[in-house]
Amino acid sequence: MDSAAAALLGMGLAAAGFAGAGVGIGYIFGKMIEAVARQPEAEARVGKYMWIVFALVEAIALYGLVIAFIIMGLRK
Amino acid sequence: MEESPLHPFELHNWIPISLGGLDISINKAVVIMWVVVALVAVLMVMAGRARKLVPGKLQSMAEMMVDFIRGIIMDTMGKEGMRFFPLIATLFLFILFCNLIGLIPGSYTVTSQIVVTAVFACLVYGLSLVMGFLLHGVKFLGILVPPGTPAWLLPLMIPIELISQLARPISLAVRLFANMTAGHVILGVLFGLAISGGLLIGWLPFAFTIAMNGLEVGIAFIQAYIFTVLTCVYLGDAFHLHGHDEHAH
Repeated sequence: MDSAAAALLGMGLAAAGFAGAGVGIGYIFGKMIEAVARQPEAEARVGKYMWIVFALVEAIALYGLVIAFIIMGLRK
Repeated sequence: MEESPLHPFELHNWIPISLGGLDISINKAVVIMWVVVALVAVLMVMAGRARKLVPGKLQSMAEMMVDFIRGIIMDTMGKEGMRFFPLIATLFLFILFCNLIGLIPGSYTVTSQIVVTAVFACLVYGLSLVMGFLLHGVKFLGILVPPGTPAWLLPLMIPIELISQLARPISLAVRLFANMTAGHVILGVLFGLAISGGLLIGWLPFAFTIAMNGLEVGIAFIQAYIFTVLTCVYLGDAFHLHGHDEHAH
């Protein structure tokens, strides 16, 4: 396998990291709905933290994207 | 070779200036940064010029902003943290307006350059270190030891805490940079699909682009908020060494 093909494979594999973020975001929103269903008056406070954690989880997925970009920069 | 998705992020010097080997050329990012600074300054000065008891639209927007930032500081650092209000408010407004102005087509997202976010992150982290050592002296090294750690765990805990401390500025910088870059890459890819799809199927990715733009506005706010909150948390950690319990929520 030449290195260009390996780089493409590596970039594709970096996208696998999004699976973890998908699980994480699913958890966050699921738990948020659960919490609000139990205690509707807590929605505003829970919602604030939900969005923070959502952004944190999303950022972790994007580290995979950064790795893909690094590979893309290296492959020339 | 196909066009790189990072092509829109490339910068070309408009007016090359070199100061003793230091490259301080004027390019698009610099101009947009000036625009952002001017915009924030003009908005805030105009909002604060004619203060009324019953605020107008602009004044109530500015009041909400100030209230919001004060809330973040009070939640994370407590009352003593208010002396950092100018720094935190400047950071928040600058990052927020950089993120938002980048969404205008033809403009440029300054925060999608890692050098910008890295400078902010290093500044914040460096400030927290300097302040910690000034306030607590050598005892500030105790930040590497979580309270209640048994002595035999110290050889394990200190390296772990050291790594987690060093990861702070990196994650702070990469989070903002990656979010902004990724959002714009996604928009670019979707637009590419819309153009190559033609009229028959191209409307689908185009409609998705509009939805993504809405999400990006949200992300612009959230990322500015997160950066500010984490700044406050890091500064607060240096401020109250192991005193999280009084202020934590």
